[in-house]
Amino acid sequence: MSDYNFAYLDEQTKRMIRRAILKGLAVPGYQVPFASREMPMPYGWGTGGVQVSAATLTPEDTFKVIDQGADDTTNAVSIRKFFERTAGVATTEETEKASVIQTRHRIPEAELTEDQILVYQVPIPEPLRFLEPRETETRKMHALQEYGLMHVKLYEDISQHGAIATSYAYPVKVSDRYVMDPSPIPKFDNPKMEMAAIQLFGAGREQRIYAVPPYTSVVSLDFEDYPFEASKADHPCDLCAAEDSYLDEVILDDAGNRMFVCSDTDYCRSRREAGHVGRLGEEAAA
Amino acid sequence: MYVAVKGGERAIDNAHAWLAEERRGDTSVAELSLVQIREQLALAVNRVMAEGSLFDPDLAALAIKQSRGDLIEAIFLIRAYRTTLPRFGYTLPVDTGAMACDRRISATFKDAPGGQVLGPTFDYTHRLLDFKLAAEGEAAEAPTSAPRTEPTPHITEFLQGEDIIEREPMSEAQPGDLTREPMAFPADRSVRLQSLTRGDEGFILGMAYSTQRGYARNHAFVGELRIGTVAVEMEIPELGFAIKIGEVELTECETVNQFKGSKTVPPQFTRGYGLVFGQSERKSIAMALVDRALRWKELGEDNLGAAAQDEEFVLSHSDNIQATGFLEHIKLPHYVDFQSELELVRKLRREAAEAVEQMAAKEAAE
Amino acid sequence: MNQMTDNAVYAGGFSNPPVASAHAFRAAMNAMARPGMVQEITGATPPEGISLAAGSLLLTLCDPETGVFLAPDVDSDALRGWLTFHTGAPIVAAEEADFALGGWDALMPLDRFPIGTAEYPDRSTTLIVEVAGFDAPNATLSGPGIKDTAQIALPDPAACAGNAMLYPLGVDFFFTSGTQVAALPRSTQIRAEA
Repeated sequence: MSDYNFAYLDEQTKRMIRRAILKGLAVPGYQVPFASREMPMPYGWGTGGVQVSAATLTPEDTFKVIDQGADDTTNAVSIRKFFERTAGVATTEETEKASVIQTRHRIPEAELTEDQILVYQVPIPEPLRFLEPRETETRKMHALQEYGLMHVKLYEDISQHGAIATSYAYPVKVSDRYVMDPSPIPKFDNPKMEMAAIQLFGAGREQRIYAVPPYTSVVSLDFEDYPFEASKADHPCDLCAAEDSYLDEVILDDAGNRMFVCSDTDYCRSRREAGHVGRLGEEAAA
Repeated sequence: MYVAVKGGERAIDNAHAWLAEERRGDTSVAELSLVQIREQLALAVNRVMAEGSLFDPDLAALAIKQSRGDLIEAIFLIRAYRTTLPRFGYTLPVDTGAMACDRRISATFKDAPGGQVLGPTFDYTHRLLDFKLAAEGEAAEAPTSAPRTEPTPHITEFLQGEDIIEREPMSEAQPGDLTREPMAFPADRSVRLQSLTRGDEGFILGMAYSTQRGYARNHAFVGELRIGTVAVEMEIPELGFAIKIGEVELTECETVNQFKGSKTVPPQFTRGYGLVFGQSERKSIAMALVDRALRWKELGEDNLGAAAQDEEFVLSHSDNIQATGFLEHIKLPHYVDFQSELELVRKLRREAAEAVEQMAAKEAAE
Repeated sequence: MNQMTDNAVYAGGFSNPPVASAHAFRAAMNAMARPGMVQEITGATPPEGISLAAGSLLLTLCDPETGVFLAPDVDSDALRGWLTFHTGAPIVAAEEADFALGGWDALMPLDRFPIGTAEYPDRSTTLIVEVAGFDAPNATLSGPGIKDTAQIALPDPAACAGNAMLYPLGVDFFFTSGTQVAALPRSTQIRAEA
């Protein structure tokens, strides 16, 4: 791929993205507009995350890509391959060994460190978009910190269902100022967002970048009498017996039998290697 | 026995190999050459150049071949390539008044200086399948005449002479560029026009059609439609003057639209404008109608709540590369989000069932 | 311009721009994400009188799309020539600056720099302030990016605290000295040491 620059993007594009990242870090949770470029992969497939990673990676980095928590889902494979070719960076599936992790829909189970950067792919960065489709309006609402509409929506959920009926992309308030979309991660992952690593969010089609610096307060919106709850399937992992990880449900046979396995494939692997065995673990190893 | 799905990489490689084979089709049939596509599917090439925002017929032909004739996919290939090209500078605005016209018609005047020139149009063909083409019929040579040497002035200039149409104010302002600056609303007209000329032909057509059917109707006449080539000129700082660096084929449409006038402005006609790469007639007319509809605010008209008047709606949804990417991304795995919904719905159902049971138990006890 | 300054203008750029700017950006990002923490940043060799750190920030972040204000203490033909040759960034007034470079006193008053708007707080200036060093902390920082608290040496803690009061509007600061950089975004709370 010698025809293309290091990490694909030209230097001017990277500078533009880098400036946006710095602004994002300076105003946590605020969506910085940026002139997203057309990437050689479709909009909606991680172009924002890819641009942020491209502007962030150095040749010494070790890069990990997950989609739904897994390293081997097709789009994760495709993005990892793209950076192997265009940036020549080392890649890994092990969370601990990665210095930059690009993710779609999950935060790894292992606690991230100060030496790591987590890059989220974001489809719709505007947390208020489904309440108010107009950018001109939502921008005003953020400016005035007018988030009543969001609380009304959550409250309507409670009156209709007896609980807040948002299970992923659950809105958060960052550093007590901006309401932010955490990307479509399950709400189980929300509490992890107060972390030691830098979190960068890229929305390519919607042309927005935002960020959460390390140790920044990230509060999931809730009500005193209906507090936020980070829920998951009420099972241990059938392969590694983990009680604390987010689970995928897999249909096993025509009779509808199911098993529950860690969505974070690296977490599950490392636990099994450490000797943890779940209900169906031995069979899996056979 | 459950085995985690592995081997995404091999699956992808195999899919690509299969795709390449399907693209080629039956190998006993001669392969299409790029020249054939460029010369014989020129209108497809034009659309790919227009919506790909890159004037290069050979690259557009390559993109069409590679995409198996899926024009949106071809536009995507061109866009992704275009974005990697370095910018050496900016050309001067093209002078469509000096266009060497292949076609030039006006619906507002029976005749005008420069004449009505039908050119190579489908307009009056009877849409009957020509089975001779199936037998590789050679086309008869079309009659020719000497090219006109006198200029072909814009029709709107005649109306302007009478001051009966709005004047376009001259401006030296730099036009916006939505490929370099993120879109912000309200968008100025230059950005709106750029968005429309790159926009999906089907979307712009539908929007324009909606104005004709009464959703913000603006009474458009095709003042003029012209297709031809114009010189592209660039100022070279070292030389101190502009030189011609090439030619592009363009389609330009100016509509003449009615306007009632106001207390301060006497009744006069207004304009909509369309300018598109290549011979892209339908697109340029549609663009002019939508441009006109989007100008309601600056012309002091009422917002009728029509979709074609809503710049945020039109500009946010006209780009077919954005639209198709986001639409098709729902094919990607979403099982993590789905799982969280699944858990939530199960929980809500469980709680509802428990509530019913409790109610029943309570009633039984009473 | 004589031959000597010509050479000075052309020299001192990144030797391998994609890699050098990636390294420099990582340092800048770490600085902005962790207010008060000093990072090493190198790669550029700007004209004399400008720190390597400030030069490296300029080459990493500036281009024809960003206006740069040069405070009187750093403004020179040599610096203008170097910046123009390597970045193409236009030199602008403080009121229009995306970036501003200089010593603290020469950059003042602070309130002439854009602080963004309520709807677009990002439309603000980033100040690159040349300082003597980071050895004598006089302010305690807290807020996003800081685990508990951090210490930093600020040229004028009160003025920086005033800037933080404008949040989410305000300017952001990089402080540069030699090959070191630290940052102070508008989101940081500042308490002056007694």
